[in-house]
Order: sequence, then C-alpha cells, then structure tokens
Amino acid sequence: MRENKTLAEGHSPLAQFEIKTLIPLEVGDINVSFTNSSVFMVATVLAISLFLVMGMRRSALVPGRWQSMVELSYIFIANLIKDTVGSEGRPYFPFIFTVFMFVLFGNLFGMLPYTFTFTSHIVVTFTMALFVFLGVTLIAIAKHKMRFFTFFMPPGVPMYMAPILIPIEIISYLSRPISLSVRLFANMLAGHTLMKVFAGFIFALGMFGIAPWAFIVALTGLEVVIAFLQAYVFTILTCLYLNDALHLH
Amino acid sequence: MSDDTDKDVLDELGTRLEGARNDHIDPSKVKNNDGLQNGNALGLAFRVGVELISAVAVGTAIGWGLDHWLDTRPWFMLVFIIVGGVAGIINVYRMASGYGYAAGYQKENSSTSSDSGTRVDEGK
Repeated sequence: MRENKTLAEGHSPLAQFEIKTLIPLEVGDINVSFTNSSVFMVATVLAISLFLVMGMRRSALVPGRWQSMVELSYIFIANLIKDTVGSEGRPYFPFIFTVFMFVLFGNLFGMLPYTFTFTSHIVVTFTMALFVFLGVTLIAIAKHKMRFFTFFMPPGVPMYMAPILIPIEIISYLSRPISLSVRLFANMLAGHTLMKVFAGFIFALGMFGIAPWAFIVALTGLEVVIAFLQAYVFTILTCLYLNDALHLH
Repeated sequence: MSDDTDKDVLDELGTRLEGARNDHIDPSKVKNNDGLQNGNALGLAFRVGVELISAVAVGTAIGWGLDHWLDTRPWFMLVFIIVGGVAGIINVYRMASGYGYAAGYQKENSSTSSDSGTRVDEGK
C-alpha cells in the first residue's frame, strides 16, 4: 500500500530519468531545448576541463596528487591505444581520450545525489556510438578504399557461401553501435533504478529498513566500479573497432 | 642534497622506468584482459544477451526497411529476422570463443603482432 502511495507522489524509481526542459528552444521543427540532461553534459565538460587544466597548471617534474591523477588518466588511455591498436592509433588519441573522460565523468556525476545521469539515456549513448561507428567506417574506407569490403568476406570461404555469409556479416557489423550503446545505457539505467527501488524500501520497512540501507551502501560502491568499468568498456570497444578499421585483418 | 643521493635516486628511477617500459612492450598483457570482463558472470550473460538482441534488431530493421521500400511486406522482414538471428549467434560465438570484444575472423595475436616491435614513447 505504502509503495503505491510513494509512487503516486512522483517518487517512482524512474522519475530520476525524466527530461525537464529548462530553456525551450526550437530550430525549425527540431526541438533543441536546453534540458537538465544538457546541464549535466555542460557540467561534465567543465569538470573535465577544470580537472585537466587545473591539474596541469603547475606541471611539476614530481607530480602532486592532482597532477598524478591527470597523468594517470592520460597514460591509461595512451597505453590502451598502444596495446589494442598499435602505433597507428596515436593520431586518434584525442578523440578516444575525450570519449573516455566524457563517459567516465558523466557516469560519476550521476553517482552524486540529486544529479541526472545522461549516460542512462539511449539517445545519448547511441549518438556517441553512432559517431564512433561512422568515424571508424569512414577511416577504414579512406585507408583501404574498396578493399574494405573484403571485410565482409572472410578469407578461405567458398564462393557459393557468399550470398548467405555477406548479409550475415553486414548485419553483424551494423549491430556494433547498438551493442556498444545498449551496454552502457542499460548498465547505468539498471544500476540507478535498483538504487532508487532499494532506497524506497528503507522507509517502507520502518525499523527493518536497516537491511536495504546496508545493501545500498554496498550497491553504491558497486555502482562506482560500474561507472569506471563501463567507461573503460566503451573506450576499449572504440579502440578495437579502430583497430579493425586500420588493420582489416 | 649531495651528488651521491641524487645519483641513487636517478638510478632507481632508471630501473623503474625500464621495468615500466618492459611492462608495456609485452603485447600479451592487455590481450588477456578478458579475465576482467569474463570474471563477472552476470556481465558475460548480459553481453551475450545484448549481442544476440542487437543483431536481431538490426536484421529486423533492414528487412522492414526493404519491405517498406519494395512493397513486399512481409517477406524481406521474415528472411532478415532469421539472418539477424544467425548473425547474433555468430556474434555470441565469436565473443565466447576467446575473441574478446573484437568482431573479426582471426585471433587477436596475428593482427597486432607487427606492432609489438615498434616502441612509442607516448606515456612519458
């Protein structure tokens, strides 16, 4: 009974994902309003800039704590690219570093109370995945010209298999941006919903609310780990797709 | 600070740098990061589901689009749902049989072995 009452009051576990228009804007027929999602994207970009610029302000030879964190994130991505793509991946470092920092800070911002997690929206993650996918495909075509299309025909396969195999491979290739975006979006959505659901139990159970409360504490830690892990997974997948595009097997 | 301790510190830094470089040269190190991702059984199950569903979704969308365009409803969609399912199973097979996240045809080590010899000093 109590559950229904809290839901009716607009405290549904999904209320946190609601988009609220702050400044209505329309370009032509397209709604480009400035929403709470936009606020947190801007905040994320500002936080990243602040983190990097302020961290490197002194750029001491022996780094302090803050500078170490900045250098650590740089080295982490630089090594990730080196290990997955190789030295040809170096020109793409700025993009991959940006993707990683944006997703990571977006995820971590969502862990603060009363914030909005923009990575929990499929529109946001799918747009990012689509840009990665299109960019990687264009790089592959620019680099390998027509040879790119041999990607869909594995070597050593008899010709008569081609009519079946090529559509399958194309679909498999096209499913990349979807699996890339759904993985990030679903993890964030599920985690945040779960936290809200269990937080609702705390008051509903009265004195026994201590149990879900303890669970929430553990869950918060897990969510922070997931925030890092999903940013890492998104980045490593981008690197692997880039590796496919540059080397084509 | 005397010259001696400076030299000691530098020597120690040198060995640490060398160790760090050797770490990064080893190409098998990050290739084996499947342990991290596969260690979490729930995460693996989730990945299987996503891979399977996304391929079916793409197949269905292509079929629906072709039907819409050629006015042959529902034939293309029926065919492409099945083709999408096959693609999804191939995706899952590739993922599960040690290809990691890469969607490709060959095992990882053959594609990047040419790069392991070249040293890049990015992380300085």
